[in-house]
Amino acid sequence: MTELTSDLTSLGVKDIRDGVAAGSFSAREVAEAFNAAVAEASALNAFIVTTPDHALAAADAVDAKRAKGEPLGKMGGVPIGMKDLFATKGVQTTAASHILEGFKPEYESTVSQKLWDAGAGMLGKLNLDQFAMGSSNETSYFGNVTSPWRRAGGANTDMSPGGSSGGSSAAVAARIAPAATGTDTGGSIRQPAAFAGITGIKPTYGRCSRWGVVAFASSLDQAGPMARSVEDCAIMLEAMAGFDPKDATSLDMAVPEWEASLNADLRGKRIGIPREYRMEGTDAEILDSWEQGKAWLRDAGADIVDISLPHTKYALPAYYIIAPAEASSNLARYDGVRYGLRDLPERAGLQDMYAATRAAGFGDEVKRRILIGTYVLSAGFYDAYYTQAQKVRALVARDFEQAWAHCDAILAPTTPTASFPLGALSDDPLTMYLNDVFAVPASLAGLPAMSVPAILNKDGLPLGLQIVGKPFDEQGVLDAGLAIQQRAGFNARPEKWW
Amino acid sequence: MSVDKATVAKIASLARIAMDDAELERMVPELNGILNWVEQLGQVDVTGVEPMTAVIPNHLRLRDDVVDADPLTGGGRRDAVLANAPAAEHGFFGVPKVIE
Repeated sequence: MTELTSDLTSLGVKDIRDGVAAGSFSAREVAEAFNAAVAEASALNAFIVTTPDHALAAADAVDAKRAKGEPLGKMGGVPIGMKDLFATKGVQTTAASHILEGFKPEYESTVSQKLWDAGAGMLGKLNLDQFAMGSSNETSYFGNVTSPWRRAGGANTDMSPGGSSGGSSAAVAARIAPAATGTDTGGSIRQPAAFAGITGIKPTYGRCSRWGVVAFASSLDQAGPMARSVEDCAIMLEAMAGFDPKDATSLDMAVPEWEASLNADLRGKRIGIPREYRMEGTDAEILDSWEQGKAWLRDAGADIVDISLPHTKYALPAYYIIAPAEASSNLARYDGVRYGLRDLPERAGLQDMYAATRAAGFGDEVKRRILIGTYVLSAGFYDAYYTQAQKVRALVARDFEQAWAHCDAILAPTTPTASFPLGALSDDPLTMYLNDVFAVPASLAGLPAMSVPAILNKDGLPLGLQIVGKPFDEQGVLDAGLAIQQRAGFNARPEKWW
Repeated sequence: MSVDKATVAKIASLARIAMDDAELERMVPELNGILNWVEQLGQVDVTGVEPMTAVIPNHLRLRDDVVDADPLTGGGRRDAVLANAPAAEHGFFGVPKVIE
């Protein structure tokens, strides 16, 4: 790569947008630099398909607008990665599954359309855990994503980029995309952001339209940006969010000017530290990073207060009833009739075709969750499992409501451990699920939550800190994130080996 | 509560996922591991608690009750709807014979 292209791929959303607007470089130069970086990085397996022409066409449109003196948009000239859970018109959309292999939507998801309308272009469709079910990006039909990060002295062991938005986290950390979309059902933006040393925010449930996002668990699914700074996340979230009549749960609220309102002065703010998050088995370095985070926020002027979220321990088991239950219902649509794979054994009837298609098209983790969901919704077990879990969900949400009497936002670790080697946990679904123990409570309560990189551990791997905010208070979350970002000064990046 | 192989076979059949004996055998301990772990929810006192169905207060919107009230979600898109079908014939989804 030439010096210019290497410089361009080091830039984030804000610097690209402002540089294109100022004429320091053209949008085409940026798109070409990232297209080249993507093409060199196939060893990461971050993309399922690449779309260099889409990125170039969007860039040319922005350059043409600039020549005419027209406004370039909030994301003008910024090429991004699109998680392959968003329907993109004419471009294969798979949710990393075999059952949707070859599916080319006839329509564009609301969130991706908003990004294109804001002047962004698409570098390609990013790999993920199949149907967003996983925490390590090892359940994709299209192979594992490898993190660009490696342990110091770790003998080049391939590490997990986290999941389910693992292609997104790997691409942004590797500087082959300045930003990417993610989706978060129970931590799928925050956990991979933490593993990859980047920043990601899940907004309040309903901020971003779910229309055209392949459904996993509809009462939890929420899209959000993944980038390398709080400012970049604020810019991209503004472009993604907004009321959509096509989504029945979309929030009919104006999108705040999060970027313009960013303020890292936290004087007068109270930050809650939930005592129940100090769990047995949590890595000592994670606890150290949490202490560091408290000190940073105190330095920014915040008061640190102890709070209690008594039902924390029950959030994860409640999630593993509610999310599979919703998934078993949502994934009933994959039947070999309307789109996607059809497996029709000889002389098979309709029912046999359904069963054969779904057996061939779903991976093991997806089947496991469909079976759990089917079981907990079945006659005789519905009340014991599903209704009980929904009541516990109400209690988890109530814990947060009561905490807001004592604090304005909550600080916690994002994950109980740093990234682990690919394959290390894949034989043990339960241990894998525990990776989302700190992320899931905010998901169940629909709250905005963000992960920002804090420190490197002794193996040279990033650790993230999580901020959870009140409903609709993305600004408070971003502000606290910015205060941490300014004090952490996290500028470590993975050494290029791919 | 725990499941045995016959129960897993019944669930798989309800979920329309074909599974051979080996797969069913493998799923039994995996599902029981998860089900035993979620049993702890039974410890929570939920007296007087309503099950939560929506996390963020919102209201359900109604559209005007006319054809194609909203062109964004309206009809008249047969070819687009059928474009990805594994077997589309004469403007319909094709499926194997249902009635002998």
